[in-house]
Amino acid sequence: MAKPDYDGPILEIENLSISFFTRLREIPAVMDFSVAVQPGEAVGLVGESGCGKSTVALGVMQDLGVNGRIVGGSVRFKDQDLSKMSAAELRHIRGNEIAMIYQEPMASLNPAMKVGRQLIEVPMIHEGISEKDAWARALEVVNDVKLPDPDRIMKSYPHQLSGGQQQRIVIAMALMSKPSLLILDEPTTALDVTVEAAVVELVKDLGRKYGTSMLFISHNLGLVLETCDRICVMYSGEAVETGSIKDVFDKMQHPYTQALFRSIPLPGANKNSRPLKAIPGNFPLPHERPNGCNFGPRCDYFQSGQCDAGEIPMAVIEGDDRHLTRCLRYRDIDWNAPVEAMAQHEAGKPGQVVLKMDKLKKYYEVAANALFGGGGAKKVVKANETLSFEARESETLAIVGESGCGKSTFAKVLMGLETATEGQILLDNRNIEDIPIEKRDTQTVADVQMVFQNPFDTLNPSMTVGRQIIRALEVFGIGATDQERRDEMLRLLDLVKLPREFADRMPRQLSGGQKQRVGIARAFAGGARIVVADEPVSALDVSVQAAVTDLLMEIQRKQKTTLLFISHDLSIVRYLSDRVMVMYLGHVVELGTTDQVFSPPYHPYTEALLSAVPIADTSVKKRHIVLEGDVPSAMNPPPGCPFQTRCRWKSEVPNGLCEKEVPPVRDLAPGHQVKCHLSQEMLDRMEPVIKIAAE
Amino acid sequence: MSMFILRRLGVMILTALCLTFVVFFLTNLYPNLEKLAKTQGNFRMTDEEVASYLGRNGYLEPLPVKYGQWMGALPGWTTQAEDGTLRGRCIEPGTPPKDTPRFCGILQGDWGYSTVFKKDVGEIIGEKLALTGRLMFWVMLLMVPSALILGVMAGMREGSRTDRTLSTLAITTTATPEYVSGVLFIAVFASTAVGLKWFKGTATSAMENPTFENFFLPVLTIALYGMGYIARMTRASMAEVMTAQYIRTARLKGVSFPNIVMKHALRNALIAPFTVIMLQFPWLLNGVVIVETLFNYKGFGWTLVQAASNNDIELLLAVSVVSVVVVLVTQLISDIGYVYLNPRISVT
Amino acid sequence: MDALSWGEIILRTLGQFTPVWIAIIATFALSITFKRRLGLYGKLFDSPIGMVGFALVMFWVFTGVFGGAFDLITTHDVLDQSASMKNKGPGTPYTKLMGEVAEGAYPYYLLGGDNLGRDVFSRMVVGAWEVIKIAPFASLFAFMVGITLGLPAGYYGGRLDTFLSFLANLILAFPVILLFYLLVTPEIVLTGIPVYMAAVLFIFPIIFLVLLWNSRFHTQPATRNLYVGVTLVVGLWLYAGIAWNADPLGLVSFPPNLLVVFVAVVFVNSPTVFRIVRGLTMDIKTRDYVAAAQTRGEGPWYIMLWEILPNVRGPLLVDFCLRIGYTTILLGTLGFFGLGLSPESPDWGSTINEGRKLLSLYLHPALPPAFALLSLVLGLNLLADGLREESLRD
Repeated sequence: MAKPDYDGPILEIENLSISFFTRLREIPAVMDFSVAVQPGEAVGLVGESGCGKSTVALGVMQDLGVNGRIVGGSVRFKDQDLSKMSAAELRHIRGNEIAMIYQEPMASLNPAMKVGRQLIEVPMIHEGISEKDAWARALEVVNDVKLPDPDRIMKSYPHQLSGGQQQRIVIAMALMSKPSLLILDEPTTALDVTVEAAVVELVKDLGRKYGTSMLFISHNLGLVLETCDRICVMYSGEAVETGSIKDVFDKMQHPYTQALFRSIPLPGANKNSRPLKAIPGNFPLPHERPNGCNFGPRCDYFQSGQCDAGEIPMAVIEGDDRHLTRCLRYRDIDWNAPVEAMAQHEAGKPGQVVLKMDKLKKYYEVAANALFGGGGAKKVVKANETLSFEARESETLAIVGESGCGKSTFAKVLMGLETATEGQILLDNRNIEDIPIEKRDTQTVADVQMVFQNPFDTLNPSMTVGRQIIRALEVFGIGATDQERRDEMLRLLDLVKLPREFADRMPRQLSGGQKQRVGIARAFAGGARIVVADEPVSALDVSVQAAVTDLLMEIQRKQKTTLLFISHDLSIVRYLSDRVMVMYLGHVVELGTTDQVFSPPYHPYTEALLSAVPIADTSVKKRHIVLEGDVPSAMNPPPGCPFQTRCRWKSEVPNGLCEKEVPPVRDLAPGHQVKCHLSQEMLDRMEPVIKIAAE
Repeated sequence: MSMFILRRLGVMILTALCLTFVVFFLTNLYPNLEKLAKTQGNFRMTDEEVASYLGRNGYLEPLPVKYGQWMGALPGWTTQAEDGTLRGRCIEPGTPPKDTPRFCGILQGDWGYSTVFKKDVGEIIGEKLALTGRLMFWVMLLMVPSALILGVMAGMREGSRTDRTLSTLAITTTATPEYVSGVLFIAVFASTAVGLKWFKGTATSAMENPTFENFFLPVLTIALYGMGYIARMTRASMAEVMTAQYIRTARLKGVSFPNIVMKHALRNALIAPFTVIMLQFPWLLNGVVIVETLFNYKGFGWTLVQAASNNDIELLLAVSVVSVVVVLVTQLISDIGYVYLNPRISVT
Repeated sequence: MDALSWGEIILRTLGQFTPVWIAIIATFALSITFKRRLGLYGKLFDSPIGMVGFALVMFWVFTGVFGGAFDLITTHDVLDQSASMKNKGPGTPYTKLMGEVAEGAYPYYLLGGDNLGRDVFSRMVVGAWEVIKIAPFASLFAFMVGITLGLPAGYYGGRLDTFLSFLANLILAFPVILLFYLLVTPEIVLTGIPVYMAAVLFIFPIIFLVLLWNSRFHTQPATRNLYVGVTLVVGLWLYAGIAWNADPLGLVSFPPNLLVVFVAVVFVNSPTVFRIVRGLTMDIKTRDYVAAAQTRGEGPWYIMLWEILPNVRGPLLVDFCLRIGYTTILLGTLGFFGLGLSPESPDWGSTINEGRKLLSLYLHPALPPAFALLSLVLGLNLLADGLREESLRD
């Protein structure tokens, strides 16, 4: 079926309101939402979790489930109202004219169906072409999404592909019928940073090639900057600001947008001299939204009587291209005023060495096949290879790397959940690498504690918050009586800035950020001196991230804690760490102070990693370095240098040395180590990845 | 794969050995032997007579020795009677002792002799298994397709009226054990009191000549109890699959609802119930015992009851071996089948 | 006197259950009033299916308690035979072939008489008591055994798991009826095997509680000693009485033929519970709060009993309801084959078995216990379904 030519706006959403209906009440998820997507245009939809951005996408697809309903407004696609269409008409639009790409590539592919079949289904349904033609088309598209060996891939099941390949297949599936509109719902969140960069690059190229309009949903402002032409910022079910990327990023007209930008660590932010400004308070629950402006209670410019009086319409900013804001006071606010001076801090001075790792190795033996294991061959996974570093008192050491780099294994060995295969861990000059946790004395256990990644998983769901902290106190032998422990627990709640009433709450009554604070309180219960923070903020919303990060920094300053901050997010690492260790497939590829690591000469992997991180700042110019392929499996690492399969500098090293030998550790400057074969000369020629344009 | 099957076979043999040993141990406890002696001899035997009867028939040898003999790993017992005739485990009445083999046990293919039926155990088992096999065949034929259809229909649209009705139906059948449903069916369809008399209340005639009239009630009774369980598993699995993201993907690809169910959901939804169906076998065996007793159908289950209530040791052992092998083989098949149904598990 | 009409039979039967109705109405009124404060139990009253199930279960629980333990509902003694009442239909006036009807005796057999001339109605009511006093406790013991073994199997994995799983599969591979026929016989009771099995199975609750208190309070020895001490004293006293029939005070004992039934049912149920607990443990042990407990140096039993177990209570509760139902079915099976219980016993399985023999002529002796068993098990299954639905919500 031919698609009629049409040159008006591809998608027009006008005053859309969507509600979900539960037994108790109606929950408005999206209110009075309008946006238009022009042909070939990419519109970004940004907001924190729960702001209704995914609901908008499902509303466009008319797939809200049994409980969801459009209660007002219209969604027009090429000038036809989607909500008035019959099921058959909708089926014709879905997949054919509008296609969607989701967050979890593995979950969105049918596990029991070969990839090829899932691909050819699309044109066979919509265009009625033969299986053979569809297959040929699929091959072409799989080629377009730059997957190697399309024939083999088409005949595989989804689980046989890596995460990045799966997401490319999902993209291919969306492009099979050359849709006019592509909706991408957090398409790269589940992927590693370097893989994400490649997928984003691909989406941009293909959008251009196929002339597809895009609705790009993300929580990451940097990613939207890189992919979109226009942006719509959402807060608590409403669009608060829309406009072109340039207008919104540089001349924002809504306090929420401003607060959002001030809470993300852009280059130049620094934990001591230019700290982040967290947004105070919490995201309102849908049924607890305030009168008037939803952002009012958290807004610095809030004026009672004006902002909480009634519905606030979108106001057009004159002179800009379709730039709108949902703020009554945007004319009164001085948008160029400098950030209120935040309390600046004296940089903590690193004290003596408290933790020393010396040539630490951790190998695992795993059965080659989990289900039918036992008889099969055993494989050795080299999770950590000769890890050596020191950490000092009140120092923040960041450990950076993607999945499979061995950072979690390292944490386990340090905590004593696993014992080292070789090498030493010295805590205050005492060897602890061979002492499993149950044999460690209470003081050692209390000294080395951990903050976990997933806030929804870090607290026992069936124990009150207070009880969990008190338990830690009991185990660490703090307080002689129940009353003393209870007092200490309340003091810890104060320390992490949670109200004391929270002691009797159950974890499910807390938000993600609050849970993470409880996790921090629990880790510091025994006066921990070394805290391993395993991606403590990566699962939190941007506005909460800053607050939790600052809390960690503050406690660290007070208690002179050594913080080992595990993360894949280089922006936050640059913001808070003193030294950085970059890991790849169990190897430390680079180690140095933050300045040394973030400026050339780099290790080639660090260089790629830096380039891959999206930065939400229009003044930043980045060199694009896109890595081929995925991170190899730790079960099956390449010979020689672990990074050689993806390294763009490999050809610069003579004699194929990279494929033969693991590079030695070299000192480039005092305290700056790199594990690379590149000659000094080549390293010196490296250019900075990130340049901030002169203002 | 062959490695896996070998390992499983090893576990199977070990399990079968353990289980038969347990059965052997329990049936060879002295009070049980005493009961056996009295039913074989007469009920007024004195303790000495019992002991001498047991001694004469090789029952008083140490347990491991007897077990070894039954297995055929140790030579069979022989005793010399007072009149000089040689009696022995392997000596058939009428054949001279010289010509008999030293070993006669499972390994030699000799299953022993039933003290209740006065026949070779192998023969009884073969005959009874054929009868029960026929019953099970029809049970499966009725139960599996209807359970799957029921489950898929209910799980396809979770929370709908169809779902509620079918789920309640399935719950009711799982709450009705065979001895309740069988009694109800006989009462309603076969009794003179109600007077419908559509079917026969006994299946004895079905042993020679199964007809719809004499065979349907026992088949239905067994099938019904298992059906509810499988249907609920299928429903749960189907309902879960229908909320999976890839079903949403398919829907938003424009696939029609019937095609979503048939092409995308069904295979994924049947992975879990498949295992359940295979594991139903051991449970069905319970149903078989009850129903064969209730309808007086002299198959395997009926034999089990006869053997157990009369402490017919060798018949009981054979019955346990067969049922254990059935259970373990179905487990093996379910594991292998699972691998073929679920592409996520690779075998190599 | 004339026989009662069906309408009268129904009215009089309902009237006999008056204490049960009062108790159910009171339970529901109280529960619904305070349902927001009652946690998961309260939420049950949001689910129609759960409420129906709960009502059915409570009906039989109250019937069992009032009828079996307090003699409130029954109309005649369950063992009393009257030759003139043999196989008489429902509503027949009560007569005796020999002697006079006692003064004040209930004038009718509401649901008729069985083949020995006993009152079917009273036997059905007392049959509920036979189930209520065994099934929940047998399930509870099976849970104690399954939990105490399933937690370490799932948590540690490895050889322990392989061994325990092999044992569990071994028991599961046994056809249940064969096992009953081998275990629940008078000859086996003579050998004392049930006592040894009881000795093994009944020690688990004590182990469970001691581990529970010790892991929780080992940091405060005084509290720990108190809890563990009380558990040991009370537990071992009950243990000596129930398992070994050797209570030094002579207060606690367990009839041997009931013990063998109890042990057999616990034995059959434990491996399934073990497998469920093991699976759930393997799932929960990967959570971060378990890792957090490990990193603060908690012992393995604290993690299993206080971090993992409370978080699998939902599925376990659902399975507990189903398991009581299944145990009821098993008890019926035992009765049906005449195993373990005395031939006079009014339990439902035995009465169904007796009733079926004359089924083609007389329906009334077999049907009431059949429907009773069906409705109790159905109630438990519906209750489980309601609980599952409500615990998945929020």
